[in-house]
Amino acid sequence: MDYLYFPGCTLYTKAKNFDQTARDCSLLLGFQLKELPNWTCCGATFPLATDNIMALLPPSRILARAREEGTTLTTLCSVCFNVIKRTNRLIRNDGDKRDTINNFMETNYQGDLRVLHYLEILKQDVGFPRIQEKMKKPLTGLKAAPYYGCMLLRPFEEMEFDDKEKPTLFEGFLEAMGAEAIDFPYKIECCGSFQSVGSPEVATECGYKILGSAVKNGAEVVVSTCPLCTFNIDHKQADIKQKYLDFKPIPVLYFTQLLGIAMGLDYQTLGFGQNFVDPLPLLKGKGFI
Amino acid sequence: MKENGTFIKRAMVIGGGIAGISASIDIGNAGYDVILVEKLPSIGGKMLQLSETFPTLDCAQCTLTPKTVETGQHPHIRLLTHSEVEGVEGKAGDFTVKIRRKAAYVDWGKCTGCGLCQEKCPSKKPSEFERGMGTGKAIYTLSPQAVPNKPVINPSECRYFLEKKCRVCEKVCPVGAIDYEQEDRFIEEKVGAIIAAVGFDLMPMETFGEYGYGAIPDVIDGLAFERINSASGPTTGQIRRPSDGKVPKEVVFIQCTGSRDPERYMPYCSRVCCMYTAKHARLYKHKVHDGQVYIFYMDIRSTGKGYEEFIQQGMEEEGILYLRGRVSRIFRDGEKVAVWGVDTLTGKKVEVSADMVVLATAIIPQGEAKGLAQKLRIHVDDYGFFTEAERKLRPVETDREGIYIAGCAQGPKDIADAVAHANASASKVQALFAKH
Repeated sequence: MDYLYFPGCTLYTKAKNFDQTARDCSLLLGFQLKELPNWTCCGATFPLATDNIMALLPPSRILARAREEGTTLTTLCSVCFNVIKRTNRLIRNDGDKRDTINNFMETNYQGDLRVLHYLEILKQDVGFPRIQEKMKKPLTGLKAAPYYGCMLLRPFEEMEFDDKEKPTLFEGFLEAMGAEAIDFPYKIECCGSFQSVGSPEVATECGYKILGSAVKNGAEVVVSTCPLCTFNIDHKQADIKQKYLDFKPIPVLYFTQLLGIAMGLDYQTLGFGQNFVDPLPLLKGKGFI
Repeated sequence: MKENGTFIKRAMVIGGGIAGISASIDIGNAGYDVILVEKLPSIGGKMLQLSETFPTLDCAQCTLTPKTVETGQHPHIRLLTHSEVEGVEGKAGDFTVKIRRKAAYVDWGKCTGCGLCQEKCPSKKPSEFERGMGTGKAIYTLSPQAVPNKPVINPSECRYFLEKKCRVCEKVCPVGAIDYEQEDRFIEEKVGAIIAAVGFDLMPMETFGEYGYGAIPDVIDGLAFERINSASGPTTGQIRRPSDGKVPKEVVFIQCTGSRDPERYMPYCSRVCCMYTAKHARLYKHKVHDGQVYIFYMDIRSTGKGYEEFIQQGMEEEGILYLRGRVSRIFRDGEKVAVWGVDTLTGKKVEVSADMVVLATAIIPQGEAKGLAQKLRIHVDDYGFFTEAERKLRPVETDREGIYIAGCAQGPKDIADAVAHANASASKVQALFAKH
């Protein structure tokens, strides 16, 4: 089966490794990511003001165009996923907003796309047992901390991704690959998000706490689902180190990079050069590459 | 008392908590016979689990036990404990109530209440009465002062019922009262009026994901704190936390857990939490002088007689720290419990690294209240509390003549209000009987 794929801006720049590994893994698992033609920015935030129609237009445009191409849309970035899924739900449930948006854009989109995060495809459509079958190099002995962040889960009523306080989907995925999923209390906390632009010290503190909590609970690697989270908890580790002297760097990988290793892809195609903290010593030490 | 043959002047009270006990004693003292039906093996209800009561801080058992004993010995009160109402037919003056007398697996006629069976029973499980702390046996009474002081066997924990061996209680019983073959019996009683006083329950801690789904050992509910603080409880009244038995030095109390939260839980105020949390905090300080208490609250509702003074005394003389705001998340952090909240008066985020957290969970109706309401053909509200005939002027009557309600089954109440409500109910029954 093929899925319409909305990459989002960062997947072509800072998170090329996420994009590439997701595409490569999908082929091995028997599905293809069909990139949406002429896609634009997702809008980057879901508007909190109820009358802010303008902010809903970018995701609405993406949805309307995607509907012309198919029925299921997937994303990798948690922020894009959050904005697109919530907009889709709003268009489906709010007739007035739907009319306003459609009139403005001269479209007729009814909110009937299925919007999935890549992890949901792995869970719902592929199934973890099948992933287990595809393991060439099971990640036995790897202590991996699943970092959900907040955008996948909240608001719970709209995202319907997993239990908002105690999700287990990501853990199930890591365990299917043979890794040990490390539970840590900060797995559902915010990475600092866009605060890294205006108030970098806020984001630095978030990163310090999240990574510290993962390490304290025994993690060797933190696994991310989102380029923005990765920016804050991986690329910002130099800033964290500068501010917090006791901080010890820890590799942060996209879940698709781990999946690539476990399914036997050549590690040189997995884009580890883009990871700020070099994961190779850990992966080599564990005998995975 | 004259029985005129048509209108039966005998009452049934369903529920043997403080409301049911108060109503039964009132009606009995008026000279009418009362049948008191209680689903548990003995009477006393939730109040029996409390340590001290507000606003006087006197011992709950010391005030309650004389009442339970009086009920047990009252010439006009017949106790049917370990029993449940199965069906109700008829009308005021002529109700026929079918009652299931649950098998106790102990012949209460023979049993002398010596307690040897409980002492020797090898099956040890966390006790429900102790809110999952302490040790409960498969053959048990709820407390050493139980009325009636007769044990029952819980077949889901008894080794004989589970594995067909053991029979220790049978061997040690000096009067041969153990009877593993006993079965539920059904009896019918004829009464002229019924008071439903089935009390309340607490919203289970498993409800609250943000507070750890009840899986953090040192996050407990208010009733568990009562047991910890109670001299007859699992720690013999010493404040020790469940996980490792250490004395907690930083304790957080969270009011309105599940109450006043229309979007997620119960929209109503549970009425007793402000007071019992203040009481908990003060009792804790009386025992752990160097301990620090934090209370997260939305508003302080202390409208009873002597209540506001009680709260003020806690704040001013006992150094209890009140923080106006809610807690968004609790999680286990090593040996500590991390509490994230906000103080809305300063606008600051508050993080407490606590040793123990006590949740003042919402008061909800008993699970069986709805079913009982159907049998009685009376109404319940959206949450399952019994509905009174008129909110202001007929607070204890129902839409059916001869059926009355008392205590927390009608809505959250403190002890004083529950007793007043029960007294009113009993007086309605007496008026009904006197009229005929």
